[in-house]
Amino acid sequence: MIRFTKVSKRYPNGTGPALVDVSFHVGRGEFVFLTGHSGAGKSTLLKLMYADERPSEGDVRVSGFAIGSLRRDEVPRLRRRLGIVFQDFRLLEDRTTAENVAFALEVTGHRADVIPARVARALAQVGLTAKSEAFPRELSGGEQQRVAIARALVNDPPVLLADEPTGNLDERATRGVFQLLEDINAAGTVVVMATHDLDLVRNAKRRTLELRDGKLVFDSADPGEVS
Amino acid sequence: MNLLWREAFLAFRRTRTLSALSVVTIAFALFVTGLFGLVALNLRSALSEVAERVEVVAFVLHGTPSQALTVAAQDIAAFPEVQEVKYVSEDEALERAKRDLVEFSDAYKDLEVNPLPPSFELRLKPQFRDAQHAGAVAERMRSFDFVDDVRYGKDWVQRLDALRTLAGLVGLAIGVAFALVSIVIIGVTIRITVLQRAREIHIMRLVGATDWFIRGPFLIEGAVKGFLGGLLALILCATVFLGFRSQQFGVSIGLHFFGFGQIFLLLLFGVLLGLTGSLVSVGRHLKHV
Repeated sequence: MIRFTKVSKRYPNGTGPALVDVSFHVGRGEFVFLTGHSGAGKSTLLKLMYADERPSEGDVRVSGFAIGSLRRDEVPRLRRRLGIVFQDFRLLEDRTTAENVAFALEVTGHRADVIPARVARALAQVGLTAKSEAFPRELSGGEQQRVAIARALVNDPPVLLADEPTGNLDERATRGVFQLLEDINAAGTVVVMATHDLDLVRNAKRRTLELRDGKLVFDSADPGEVS
Repeated sequence: MNLLWREAFLAFRRTRTLSALSVVTIAFALFVTGLFGLVALNLRSALSEVAERVEVVAFVLHGTPSQALTVAAQDIAAFPEVQEVKYVSEDEALERAKRDLVEFSDAYKDLEVNPLPPSFELRLKPQFRDAQHAGAVAERMRSFDFVDDVRYGKDWVQRLDALRTLAGLVGLAIGVAFALVSIVIIGVTIRITVLQRAREIHIMRLVGATDWFIRGPFLIEGAVKGFLGGLLALILCATVFLGFRSQQFGVSIGLHFFGFGQIFLLLLFGVLLGLTGSLVSVGRHLKHV
C-alpha cells in the first residue's frame, strides 16, 4: 500500500534535510506508528504520502500512485483514496457535525441522494449519531476528533493517515480515539499514525517506525535492517 | 452545480458588508466607464450627424452637353464610395442661392446671365465619410474633362477625422484604465474572501476536491458581484443621464442612452471583470496550497 525507497527530502530554505534515505514498506491491513521528536520528520513523511510535498530523491508509492511524478490534477484522485486526520481537527466551525462529514462527499462530486446515508453510517462508526446537529464548538476535543475521523472515513479510503491525532486530547479521549483507529484498522483500513505519545505506542504493541533527524532509525517489524 | 451556487451565496451571506462594499466599488468603476461610454456614444452620434454633411461637389463647365453629363452621372453613381449623386443645373443652383442666401437676393435679381455653374453633388456612404476617401473621390472627379473644380471642405473633413480618432483613443484608454481598476478591485475583494475561506479551501484539497471545483464558487461569486456592480452602474448612469437631459441647458440636443445591445455589453463586461478578478486571485492562492 505504501512504499518508500531511498527517499530524501530537502526544503528550499531548510537548514538541513528533513528526510534522509528513508526506505520502508507498509502492507495491506497494517497499523503503523510513526514516532520521533518534534522536527524528526514525521509530518514531512506523512505530507509525502498525501502529496502535499514531493520527494527530493527516491521513490514514494501510495495506493499505486507514484508521488514524485504525480501531476497536480492527479492529486485529488490520490486524496480520495486516503483519509487524513490532524491534531487540530480542521473542522469548519460554521457547519454541523453532519455537514462537516457531508462536505467531504459534496466537494468530491457525490450525488446528493447518496450523501445522507453515508454520513449517517460514518457518524455511527465513530459513535456520534446523537451529535450530528451539533456545531464543533459544542463538542469536546475527543468528539471533534471523531468528527474529523468520520470525515476521513466517509469516502471509504483504503489508507488512513493521522498526524498526532491525540496530541490535543486528554488521556481518556486519547484512549477512545486510539480504540476507534484500531477498530477502523480491524475492518481492513491501513492506519499510519504519527505520535510522540510513547506510552500509547508501548502499550499498543503495533509496528513502530522511529525517525531521528530525518533518518529512519528503528522499524519494529524489521529491527535488524535499520541502522 | 447546486452546491457551487450554495457555497457562493453562503460566502456572500457570511461577508455581507464586504460583499456589499465590493459590489458598490465595482459599480463605481463601471459607472465611470459607463458615463464615458455615454459621452462617447453621444459624441459619436453627433459626429456622424456632422459627417453626413461630408459631400464632394464637382463644378461643371458651362456648355457641357447634357448627354455627356447623363453618362457621367451613371459612372459616378457606380463609384464604390458614392451613396447618391445629384446633378444641380445652373437654374437650380440659382434658385437655391436665392432661397438660401436671402441677404444677396437683390444682387441675384439684377443678373442678366446666371454666373453659377452647374454641379454634381456626391453624398458618400457612411463608412467613406473621411478625408482620405473624400479626397480620392475628388481626385477622380477632377479627371472628367468637363469638371472645372472640385470642393469637399478638405480642412474640416480632416479636422473631423482627427476629432474622431482622438475620441476613439481617449475612449479606449479610459475604458482600459477603468477595466484594469475594476479587475484589481474585484481581485482584492475576492482575495479577502479567499483568505477568509483558506481553511475551507485547505480541507477541500485534503479530501480530494479538484482545483476547478474549488474555483467554482469563487468564480460564481465574482461573476455575480460583477453583474450586480454592472446593474448598479447602469442605474447610476441612467439617473445622471435623465437628470442631465431634463436640464436641457437651454439647448435642445438629441441625447441618446444605451441601447439594449449596449446594456447587455455593459453587464457582460461586469461579469467578465468579475470572472477575471476571481480567476486571478483564486489562481494565485491555489498555486501556494
